[in-house]
Amino acid sequence: MDATTAPTQAELRKQHLIDPEICIRCNTCEETCPVDAVTHDSANYVVDASKCNFCLDCIQPCPTGAIDNWRIIQQAYSLEEQFSWTELPPQEEISVVPTDGSIEALDQEVDAMLADAHAGAGGKSLAPVSAAKPSVNLYTRTKPAVATVKGNYRLTAADAENDVRHVILDFGDTPFPVLEGQSIGVVPPGLDAAGKPHHVRLYSVASARDGEKPHTNNLALTVKRGPGVGSNFVCNLQKGDKVEVTGPFGATFLMPNDPEANIVMICTGTGSAPFRGFTERRRRTMPDAPGRMMLFFGARRPEELPYFGPLQKVPDRLLAKYLAYSRVPGQRKTYVQDRMREKAGELAALLRSAKTHVYVCGLRTMEIGVDESFAAICSEAGLDWAALRADMRASGRYHVETY
Amino acid sequence: MDIVNVDYSTKIPNNVGLTEDRRILRALESWHPGYLDWWMDMGPEGFQESLVYLRTAVSVDPKGWAKFDYVRMPEYRWGILLAPQEEGRKVNFGQHLGEPAWQEVPGEYRAMLRRLIVIQGDTEPASVEQQRHLGATAPSLYDMRNLFQVNVEEGRHLWAMVYLLHKYFGRDGRDEAEELLRRRSGSEDAPRMLGAFNEETPDWLSFFMFTFFTDRDGKMQLESLAQSGFDPLSRTCRFMLTEEAHHMFVGETGVGRTVQRTCEAMKQAGVSDPYDVEKVRSLGVIDLPTIQKKLNLHYTLSLDLFGSEVSTNAANAYNAGLKGRFMETKIDDDHRLEHATYPVLKFVDGAVKRVDEPALTALNMRLRDDYTDDCARGVDRWNKVIDKIGIPFRLELPHVAFHRQIGEFRNVYATPKGDVIDEATWQREKDNWLPSKADGDFIVELMKPVSEPGKFANWIASPKVGIDNKPGDFEYVKIAA
Repeated sequence: MDATTAPTQAELRKQHLIDPEICIRCNTCEETCPVDAVTHDSANYVVDASKCNFCLDCIQPCPTGAIDNWRIIQQAYSLEEQFSWTELPPQEEISVVPTDGSIEALDQEVDAMLADAHAGAGGKSLAPVSAAKPSVNLYTRTKPAVATVKGNYRLTAADAENDVRHVILDFGDTPFPVLEGQSIGVVPPGLDAAGKPHHVRLYSVASARDGEKPHTNNLALTVKRGPGVGSNFVCNLQKGDKVEVTGPFGATFLMPNDPEANIVMICTGTGSAPFRGFTERRRRTMPDAPGRMMLFFGARRPEELPYFGPLQKVPDRLLAKYLAYSRVPGQRKTYVQDRMREKAGELAALLRSAKTHVYVCGLRTMEIGVDESFAAICSEAGLDWAALRADMRASGRYHVETY
Repeated sequence: MDIVNVDYSTKIPNNVGLTEDRRILRALESWHPGYLDWWMDMGPEGFQESLVYLRTAVSVDPKGWAKFDYVRMPEYRWGILLAPQEEGRKVNFGQHLGEPAWQEVPGEYRAMLRRLIVIQGDTEPASVEQQRHLGATAPSLYDMRNLFQVNVEEGRHLWAMVYLLHKYFGRDGRDEAEELLRRRSGSEDAPRMLGAFNEETPDWLSFFMFTFFTDRDGKMQLESLAQSGFDPLSRTCRFMLTEEAHHMFVGETGVGRTVQRTCEAMKQAGVSDPYDVEKVRSLGVIDLPTIQKKLNLHYTLSLDLFGSEVSTNAANAYNAGLKGRFMETKIDDDHRLEHATYPVLKFVDGAVKRVDEPALTALNMRLRDDYTDDCARGVDRWNKVIDKIGIPFRLELPHVAFHRQIGEFRNVYATPKGDVIDEATWQREKDNWLPSKADGDFIVELMKPVSEPGKFANWIASPKVGIDNKPGDFEYVKIAA
């Protein structure tokens, strides 16, 4: 990069790199890249930072995983530098992290998890234009924040198959700024079977940015007990326990601050966490906003739907709620995509508006059904879903976070 | 018709509009049961009921062709996937240079084209047959999954070739498709067509060497066929190449991890002499000289797959516009080669000499040279691993005159350095250059299966990253009891 275009200190960017130790030079990425950003010499395949537009087309076809490497940089590594590498350089120490939305986390492990979670959007997603600017990566594995458990409540009925919990973490005097839709990392203490520290687990914040109750320095999580170490650790926490927390993470799955923005939220299970935060934020700061909020929420039965009781009390004029149950005895199985089809007219009208933002959160298996419903709704309304979705994504109005 | 997304409405997933092509759909549906029988008989032994974390293409664009999920191998969605048709594609070489690419088989080249497709097609099921016993000794679930991924994709490559035979070659094509299921690797009565595909794959190091060297021949052949003026063949091969890359990966990293583990074990135990074979083996790892011998074997068997250095068949296929050179369209010349020459290594007056031959007849040699370059870069990576750990040893590709059954050097005894020797010397020395029975027995002895998620056999290092970015202890195969 020449001196005239050198960035100022504040302009951190992400650079796409290929790991020369893992790459097998199969040429698939170079063949795939639509903007010819990938090139090679006799030793390495490399990415031209001045051409790469983060379309991510090359990621899936790579047979090795070598392609999926990123560094936060102030000055891009040149092609010549990359050709000379036998291994990737470490991430340089960067202390202050203002982000323009291109950086969801500095932490490679977390960045990869978020990239995977957001992959269902079909390309690089952007934050809504009117979203507040998030902080990311303030706390890390080596320098975590310590939170105290203020409460841990079961959300699902006693006879429900799933144990879903509402866990409140308080940060005391430690500043821990989060936005609705961001995630935090929890590292279970101890070592795994191989004697290594556990992987970090990411949980979406389920409360508004100013706390579970206004003006508190705490946040809530919605956690389902699974077979793994991480969720059991969180679900078993007792009031007063101390937890090491990293983050916050995420810079795109954020809510618009514009009161005229329509927000369509589609979720299953604990995917409801960010939407609880979105709804609470609107309720607290702009209860009479002209923008509409719609929630499509799926669970097996009412007893298994997190926040079923409190949700009934949210007024319909703030939030239109469409619940779908797939396992109520004697009733036809209904999924969120079926409820969406029932509201085809309203959804089509919203999709025509450049003020509408769509968020999908939950299990990965819901992606296809939701996408098909949108496609069908659009086709009936004479809209082209594929084009609309791409347009919405490019303008920060289409978001997917699935796992 | 949607040529990007895969149609799952028929029994045979495809992006070639089979629903509108009832004749071919019926023909393929009648071939399907025979294929499944073959897969059950000759596919991975003992794991047909296990759930394997495999990738399947749901479309041929970059976003859709690697969707991962658990599947039982016999239920894998083998389908017919062609790269999207390029508008206005031309024949890019030979005497038809510049003419529009053919969408139907030109009558005059029918036999030649069918032969090319059948030879390519025959290699695909062959390697599945060769590798069918390996699941039982997999060094990890990760490696087992990679083996099965290679196997199902070789199966899909067979489908790809069978589609072309059914679609474009009528009755002859159907007969050839049946024959592809009848021949068996290593069979006395009906062997596979090419030598390397009748050799055994007795152990995992052989498998890795096979995927590195022999599948790389496949890559070169597919790349040359992807240049074809017969557009359906070109499109088929282009999509197959995206899958072939995974096979290269399994080979290169498989050998690399074996080398890495050997060097690490030596370092840990304070063994500095790589030629102290007994001591290295006592650490439960494969000594580097034996790895070199395996390399010598698989590289030379694979060189034979390129055929005679000077070949009129290759010249004819090029002239006809059916099979090009590696990366043909990126080469800067006249793409006709009527007057060009190419240097060929030949055995002249008892010595290895470089002789200029007409470039057209030397096409096999040229492809083989490109292949050797490609191999050498992988070997470099392995040497970097050895250097990094600090063991004084270098792996090397042997000379092309060494241990050859086909071409210029088939009747010559030569050392790995390329020095010509007499038969007595060869007999005396060959166990130093190629794996001996004792070497094979030692390796087979090491091949104890490891099936606990996240654990690896002692002789191989764990990979640097998982498949589909999965964590180290991911259960890549759920083995059916």
